[in-house]
Amino acid sequence: MLNLALPPQLANVVTRLPAAPPSLAFSAVANRLLWPALKTLDWQALAGRRYAIRVKDLGLNLRFTVTQSGFAADSGAPDLTISATARDFLLLLARREDPDTLFFSRRLVSEGDTELGLTVKNLLDALDPDTVLRQLPAPLARAAQRWMAA
Amino acid sequence: MPAEFERSTTIALDLICPAGSLVSLKAAIDHGADAVYMGFRDNTNARAFPGLNFDEAQAAEGLRYAHDRGRKVLLALNTYPQADTWSRWTGAVDRAAKLGMDAVILADAGLMRYAVKQHPQLRLHLSVQGSATSYEAVNFYREHFGIQRAVLPRVLSLPQVENVVKHTDVEIELFGFGGLCVMVEGRCLLSSYCTGESPNSAGVCSPAKAVQWTETPAGLESRLNGVLLDRYGKNEKAGYPTLCKGRFNVGGETYYAIEEPTSLNTLDLLPDMLKIGVAAIKIEGRQRSPAYVTQVTKVWRAAIDAVKKNADAFKPTPAWQAELNKLSEGQSHTLGAYHRPWK
Ligand code: SF4
Repeated sequence: MLNLALPPQLANVVTRLPAAPPSLAFSAVANRLLWPALKTLDWQALAGRRYAIRVKDLGLNLRFTVTQSGFAADSGAPDLTISATARDFLLLLARREDPDTLFFSRRLVSEGDTELGLTVKNLLDALDPDTVLRQLPAPLARAAQRWMAA
Repeated sequence: MPAEFERSTTIALDLICPAGSLVSLKAAIDHGADAVYMGFRDNTNARAFPGLNFDEAQAAEGLRYAHDRGRKVLLALNTYPQADTWSRWTGAVDRAAKLGMDAVILADAGLMRYAVKQHPQLRLHLSVQGSATSYEAVNFYREHFGIQRAVLPRVLSLPQVENVVKHTDVEIELFGFGGLCVMVEGRCLLSSYCTGESPNSAGVCSPAKAVQWTETPAGLESRLNGVLLDRYGKNEKAGYPTLCKGRFNVGGETYYAIEEPTSLNTLDLLPDMLKIGVAAIKIEGRQRSPAYVTQVTKVWRAAIDAVKKNADAFKPTPAWQAELNKLSEGQSHTLGAYHRPWK
């Protein structure tokens, strides 16, 4: 079993941060690491929609939109909010768990526009993990690969 | 009473896995599926969800991937064509033939006729949506359209399945695992009643645009076009937002009035299915993610290999069952109608 829980002191600090800097940081990191792979997908129908990712155990609320040029922090009311723990988000990211499975067992909560959620899920599912790994800096790609195979 | 058929084929318990995307297709093949089934990106198949399924180039790549590894690809064309869009369905049959699909899974008799006439070499499977529950019905499709395989609806008990197998030379495919659609396959109008769209014509039960999930103090609520389907308490497992699996107030009592949200899981019945002569086992779930396809394919590959090696000693391992239970919607799994005392 992986232990991804943050030390409580750190979680406390993260919880107290206002929403904007984490959202900015998230967009910057996502643009650098993920966008090169994600930009190959067809975002047309999804451009301009607002998303929120709530990492429950860290008290993080990441709000952003996706434009033709990548992620951008956004503070408007989200069309779609996805909530889960950090560990479950990582399991999803590594394709080790299926979102429906987490949803049925109430570990993943999706609120807002259901069709938007489904479209995003299907879009990401269709993305070849190798495409993402190839675009990552080598040490990170190796770590991710180990984690996906574990 | 027609003669009992000798099985001419040696196919037994082929594992047929779902693929909603190329990534899922590769996952299924890599983990031991004998064949995958897929749909095109429109309502010619019963999983017409946004962003799911294959365009022509992806289908071609999927076929290449499967064929290079000696596996097969089946195309689900299992919705009922509408009069004004008939050519969309015939176009899909033409594309399937051109791409070299190993078979198309059809429900509509008109479309079968078209396929037989235009593409006599194309192998036809009768979809579960065709709702053929007797060998007379299966043999009718055989005589008129030359179908090679029929997927039986999940309403028959195993002795009834055995009876069908005995009286036809059409290969029989059964559902082994996944979400259950209640006992009116190919005929269900519940979703249509509530949203104007149902799987048989629009290719989707409970279209996502009509579904709403809300966390309330009383629990997680699912609604379809405003109609409350269910409210899940804090630790209750949720299910798909379909009308058949909702809890309704009937005569002052609130309960699953149509069906409980359980998943079908027939691992226990594999030795019987092998003995009866079932040709293939189908796994439900083209709408699910590659992670699901990987997990479910691994378990079923191991189980089918084990039962073929020694059917008498076969017993599903607790690890397999735990893995499958985790993937299921609702509270538990069921052997479905295959295992029931009543008929
Ligand atoms: S409402 Fe239920 S039984 Fe009817 S098509 Fe949908 S899932 Fe199947």
